[in-house]
Amino acid sequence: MSLGKLIERLAQLIPVLLGVSVIVFVMMLATPGDPVDIMLGDQQVTAEIEQALRHDMGLDLPAHERFIKFVGNALTGNFGLSYYHRQPVMSVIASRLPATIELSLVALIFALVVSIPLGVLAAVKKNSILDRIATVSSLFGVSLPGFWFGILLIMFFAVNLHILPVSGRAGFGSEVEPITHLLLIDSLLRGRFDAFSDALSHIILPAITLGLPMASILMRVTRTSMLDVLDRDYITFAEAKGLSRTKILIKHALKNALIPTVTVAAIETGSLLGGNMVVETVFGWPGLGRLVVESIFVRNYPLIQAAVLFYAVTYVLLNFVADILYTVLNPRVKL
Amino acid sequence: MSAQNAVQPSLFNIGSATGETLLMRNLKLFASSKLSVFFSAITLAFIIMAIAAPLIAPHDPNEADLFLRLLPPAWMEGGEFSYFLGTDALGRDVLSRIIYGSRVSIFIGAAVILVATTIGVLAGLAAGFLRGWVDIGISRLVDILLGFPYLIFAIALIAMTGPGLQNIILALAYKEWVIPCRVVRGETLATANLEYVEAAHALGAGKWYIMLREILPNILSPVMVVSTVRMAHVIILEASLSFLGLGVQPPTASWGSMVADGRSYMLDEWWLSTFPGLAILLLVLSINVVSQGLRDAFDPKFHD
Repeated sequence: MSLGKLIERLAQLIPVLLGVSVIVFVMMLATPGDPVDIMLGDQQVTAEIEQALRHDMGLDLPAHERFIKFVGNALTGNFGLSYYHRQPVMSVIASRLPATIELSLVALIFALVVSIPLGVLAAVKKNSILDRIATVSSLFGVSLPGFWFGILLIMFFAVNLHILPVSGRAGFGSEVEPITHLLLIDSLLRGRFDAFSDALSHIILPAITLGLPMASILMRVTRTSMLDVLDRDYITFAEAKGLSRTKILIKHALKNALIPTVTVAAIETGSLLGGNMVVETVFGWPGLGRLVVESIFVRNYPLIQAAVLFYAVTYVLLNFVADILYTVLNPRVKL
Repeated sequence: MSAQNAVQPSLFNIGSATGETLLMRNLKLFASSKLSVFFSAITLAFIIMAIAAPLIAPHDPNEADLFLRLLPPAWMEGGEFSYFLGTDALGRDVLSRIIYGSRVSIFIGAAVILVATTIGVLAGLAAGFLRGWVDIGISRLVDILLGFPYLIFAIALIAMTGPGLQNIILALAYKEWVIPCRVVRGETLATANLEYVEAAHALGAGKWYIMLREILPNILSPVMVVSTVRMAHVIILEASLSFLGLGVQPPTASWGSMVADGRSYMLDEWWLSTFPGLAILLLVLSINVVSQGLRDAFDPKFHD
């Protein structure tokens, strides 16, 4: 794909991102209650101070000027103060983000590792018992409510068997000095294998819960596209040449069959973001999703708005990556 | 009436060579799968349970009796037969609350899909048939709404409007209509140049007449398939919102909030979270199987 096309596709993101920020801004306007009142809480202040605060926050400007200011601030990462934490919203979000990224990455890896071999096997042994089991489990996988499945996992592995922790991201005493802020990587880089196994034991259940629906979807995508590829002439030709079954599967079939899987995986990574809120709440995972849920109950609106905008921008960008991946992997498709 | 039929060579007549309409053939195909029929029956049972909840439920779902709190299910030691699935921390009957909870799930699921499908079909028809600025406007809005992860969008709206039945339906429908809209727009684009639409044009039929009476009946199958799949999604989303405390408020029983309430008791009283979750799984699974059956039956690729 040429650079020009890439820039053209990037430019197409601008109206979407602008529209997304308009919606978030309108949500902000429609929020009940006066931001200054909510921020001050029980504190008694003079009318002058209140007026100054209002001016400071730009609340005395007309709506369109506020919107321009909002977009300008958003571009520089300035979302104001979190009412609840008394810190800039951006630094609160930044402190929670690594946990969410780590959980999403592990869930993604889990989904890929489980779904691709299963999908391939189901396609190769079409209509066998294995294929049927895979199909039925993928139906279960997309029908399971994540919050409930998470609780079942906790009840079984943590409460009954005591082999995995109930909640949290790391146990007491396994703090490592941050480098990437991803515990699994940091603990390895610091050579703290005790901390690594602790972090791993904490992340297994939430990552499975988060990754399961994605694994189910990817399994079906892989199975379908593998079946499609195995039907092609070049596979028959390769068989006629007398190549070994494994070699045909891996070298000729899988390479092509994985194109839809990779594309769908990129799109579904965006959906992982949405699932984070539920899974992080179930497992007491100190990430962004749980922060958003907590913020709703304390009416911490600036944080909710910033988080919604952040999620939406990430989601749009991930879909963009999925698009690009699809064209790069599949040269016959032109943007 | 006869004049209307003359310009309406729709889906329902295509298979008429054998005296059988395409719709009938597809429905027969659907009914020939035992799995589809079985799970249709389960879905139907859930709907009947929701409608007839007051007749079926053994107890008042909100009647608390602290002397009967945390009773185990009937088959366990200390369980009572009249409280078959046990009682919760306030001594309310778990089975009755599950039966009443089906009302919330099914009502919200059906209401959201009804609102979203109506809006989505109209918007999709308009975008695909009228084209021009209508299409640009609707398609841009669809792109923007697709830019939000679903649950985040709903949660943000509920954070602004507060929880409650009506607000949940709106929060979910605000984004849900996008999905039928995209399907209908694509199908309309594909249909708009077919002969029978041109014939209707030539006969002087108005735009809305063509959209609603000519095109719409021909694209109903994909709409139906999409609505069933999406209903399963919406039920899980509603349960997730209820689980997070943003759904229907207590004391109204909903499956998601029952799972959430049971969480604090999972050490000993496992049944509190397990059974309502099982109900969600069974209903959503049934709808998913039904929708897959419908898709297979209605998709010509799967026909001989």
